[in-house]
Amino acid sequence: MKKLLIWGGLVLLLMILGVGLIQSQQGQVGRGEIAPDFELISFSGETYQLSDYRGSVIVVNFWASWCQSCKPEALDLEAAYKFYQPRGDVLFLGVDYVDTEPEALAYLEEFQVTYPNGPDLRTKISQAFRITGVPETYIIDQDGVIVHVRIGPFMSLEEIKSYIDPLLDL
Amino acid sequence: MAADIGFGSLLITLVVSIYGIGAAFYGEQKKQKAWVLSAKRAMTLVFPLLTISVGSLVYLLLTNRFEFEYVAKVSSLSMPDYLKITALWGGQAGSLLFWSWLLAGFTSAVTLRKWDRDQDLLPWVIVISLATLAFFVLLNTFFENPFVSYWQTSEGITTAFSRPPGGIQLFPRDGSGLNPLLRHPGMIIHPPMQYLGFVAFIIPYAFAMASLITRRADDRWIQLSRRWTLWAWLFLSLGLVLGARWAYDVLGWGGYWGWDPVEISALMPWLAGTAFLHTVLIQEKRGMFKQLTMVLIILTYNLVIFGTFLTRSGLLSSVHAFSKSSIGPIFLGFIALNLIGSLWLLNKRWSYLKSRQVLTSFFSKESLIIISVVLLLGILVTSFWGVMFPKISELVTGQKVTVGPPFYERVAGPILGGMLMIMVICPLAVWSYASFKHLGRLLWKPFIVSLIGIALPLYGGLTRWPAVVAFWLVAFVLAVNAFEFFRRTRVRRKKGQDSLWGSIVHVLKRNQRAFSAMIIHIAVVMMAMGIIGIEFFQIETQGTIPVGGELSLGSYTMVYEKLDIFDTTDGRNVARAIVSVNKDGQTIDTLYPRRDFYYDSNQPATIPGVRSTLVDDFYVILVDWKVVSSEGATFKVYHNPLVKWLWIGAWVFIIGVVATTWPDKKSKPLPVRAR
Amino acid sequence: MINYTKRYLLLLTSILILAALIPGSAMAQGSYPTDDDVNAVAKQLYCPVCENIPLDACGTTACEQWRGIIRDRLSEGWTEDQIKTYFVDQYGDRVLAEPPRSGFNWLVYIVPLLIFVGGFVLLIGAFQRWRKAEPEVSSRKNAKQAAKLKKAPDEYISRVEEELNKRSKG
Repeated sequence: MKKLLIWGGLVLLLMILGVGLIQSQQGQVGRGEIAPDFELISFSGETYQLSDYRGSVIVVNFWASWCQSCKPEALDLEAAYKFYQPRGDVLFLGVDYVDTEPEALAYLEEFQVTYPNGPDLRTKISQAFRITGVPETYIIDQDGVIVHVRIGPFMSLEEIKSYIDPLLDL
Repeated sequence: MAADIGFGSLLITLVVSIYGIGAAFYGEQKKQKAWVLSAKRAMTLVFPLLTISVGSLVYLLLTNRFEFEYVAKVSSLSMPDYLKITALWGGQAGSLLFWSWLLAGFTSAVTLRKWDRDQDLLPWVIVISLATLAFFVLLNTFFENPFVSYWQTSEGITTAFSRPPGGIQLFPRDGSGLNPLLRHPGMIIHPPMQYLGFVAFIIPYAFAMASLITRRADDRWIQLSRRWTLWAWLFLSLGLVLGARWAYDVLGWGGYWGWDPVEISALMPWLAGTAFLHTVLIQEKRGMFKQLTMVLIILTYNLVIFGTFLTRSGLLSSVHAFSKSSIGPIFLGFIALNLIGSLWLLNKRWSYLKSRQVLTSFFSKESLIIISVVLLLGILVTSFWGVMFPKISELVTGQKVTVGPPFYERVAGPILGGMLMIMVICPLAVWSYASFKHLGRLLWKPFIVSLIGIALPLYGGLTRWPAVVAFWLVAFVLAVNAFEFFRRTRVRRKKGQDSLWGSIVHVLKRNQRAFSAMIIHIAVVMMAMGIIGIEFFQIETQGTIPVGGELSLGSYTMVYEKLDIFDTTDGRNVARAIVSVNKDGQTIDTLYPRRDFYYDSNQPATIPGVRSTLVDDFYVILVDWKVVSSEGATFKVYHNPLVKWLWIGAWVFIIGVVATTWPDKKSKPLPVRAR
Repeated sequence: MINYTKRYLLLLTSILILAALIPGSAMAQGSYPTDDDVNAVAKQLYCPVCENIPLDACGTTACEQWRGIIRDRLSEGWTEDQIKTYFVDQYGDRVLAEPPRSGFNWLVYIVPLLIFVGGFVLLIGAFQRWRKAEPEVSSRKNAKQAAKLKKAPDEYISRVEEELNKRSKG
């Protein structure tokens, strides 16, 4: 009995370590996976449920106001949003990762971001996507499958378009 | 060229180690001494071989060969030479190599002793130490090779040891430099000490396992490994204290120990090792607790490996952790193999280790030691659980949690108190039999003296009872040790015609181990005093003041005199404030808290200005400043009473451990039997 | 020294009296919180981005912003607990120095306690077993052996003496 307990405990410990290790090494949610569903409450108070937007292409961008490398892509993302806005089937969602509201709002103001942005409450969304830092962007197709993961900032508007265009019937 | 030599000798070490394991095993099975002897020679060889490897890497670091990934990552042109050398352990690959090198040092050294009497243990000691070494060298050759260089290929920049097809070697002009936090004199000695402490435990572990495999039930392995264990323990303790000192001097948060997972993973082997040292004492004197001793050495060694795994696999994140790495799975496999192997062996030999002796009294030395071992293990279990829990919680609930200082302190505080209590009684307790009456006779005088420890703090206005109790215990331990020392001296004087000095010397010589233990315990008490001071009585304040402005804390006042911002030749931008410290209206000191910004790594380091005395430390951090200095700067000021005793205690501790390992041919420990 | 302690005592009592006089929070609403007030709260919270660093000691821009939030909330008259709850809602449980005492997290407090108590029970059990075992051992010994033991109380010493005798003869 005592022996069983000791060996059992040992195996359990090794298993926890193993699973933890796999988890810490697996990185972000990858291409081809179904995007984890989440609910985002924007700074202006609207609620966005990811699963409600099947049929649209969704761009989920993780950012923070304290993140220096997020700034260059902010304008490009907004331009892309403006570009696709008339079509109505491309949704942009900005997820503000552990940030303070006044600074976040000032950031959105500075780059004149108009697409929905909201805080990542209790870091639930970022944990679901297992992000490794900001900025990170996930492009999700009409079936809810992640088709592209961008680690780090986009370099240009064209780069963003090059990922979205193939998903749309132009 | 140097890289080829370095990597080549790394490979040779791997081959030699594997040969040594095979030869020792074969020689043991076939009872052919020549093979074992050959294996022993192989083991002697690993240290010089790895020295070549380490030498090559140091050479690459010193000659700024930034085409090598490791050099580019941890070194830069502006770093002074001594830092380039310490960069050897500033990154994952290099520090693994350094670790293997130290390990090789111990394994090679152990072959140099006389083995005549212990031929049967030798092959297994070789197998176990070389297997561990081979594992680490394997990591260095296949997973974390410090000798890989940058190559430009058609697919982008890659790193490899030899030229990939179509690759062109890249020669970066400068490296990104060592993490600024590691650019501190403390970093020169802290990691080597810590690593020495870690790797040295391989020796007692190898002896223990050899003893189990060969079915020896005696204490021979303990006698053989006693010095090794003590040195390992000394290095590990020093590593911890130096780490604390480094945190105090560099991390700039007014503390020395943050219960960070990596700190804890260094503390856990120390706790197990300390417990091991104490049960060894009982085993030597009374032949008891052989099973527990065995469990503890297995635990200690595996915690060393486990701690290395935690910090290097990317499982935990912390200030100390190395960046993500691919060595996790193989490391886990090694841990599993080690743990299961040694526990299986222990299980098989469990009955060999049964002892005939029994505990006969609650107040005997062995009982007290066992209680303190349980207390140590209490901290160990808590620490282990606290480190593991965030991972478990993340797996189960998906929510990250922090297990921080309050959790550990709640357990460690009272246990530390309990251990002080035991330290009071232990020097007076005798082996195998002691009654409460006997103890009481010896205790009452020191007890009365120790009341000073209550009276003084109370008179000084102390109102927090845990602190009062702590001070009382400190006084009590000191009093007991002093009384015990003089009692023994007096006994000696009554017996003989010695002079006072002569009898002191005699008593010291006769009881070398007892008195060095006494020194170590007094050192622990001194450190406890430092810990009590900073834990219970630290006060702090923060404020933004203009030049000439004042900030008061306790009886001190600091005046902001001036701020200098300048570049240094080693690539730093320094913002240094000049602050004078006043007490009772008089200027008593000038401090220079500063913020260094390192251009190459783009990271800041906050260096506090500290005025340290036996009574208290006045600790000033420059938090922030305006470019126009008259607009003011923000300072954070700490008052840390008694903390210096922590460092003084560490010195005394070294003296104690050195004294106990000091060669002493006359007095071998005599086993004591129950009456 | 005495002067210092007396002053310390005086200071302490005056603070205590002051604290007793002011109902609730020592800080009146609307007044501007000092750095010390902010740090007192920040000390109990952990930086959500740099792991294992208390918020009061963290030097990053993000942490400065978080301290700013604490300051704002304090000046709005929030209590410490309210601020802590706010941080937990925003950034998750990991901002607390200890896991909150609820649900699965109870394990973190209970397990070490159980093991520790278990260890002591084992130890006490072992003590009793040993103490019981002792009289049996001595009763089994016959008088002859006891006499022998009295003569040579220490087997080891007698062995050493034997050895010495042999050597001096040889």
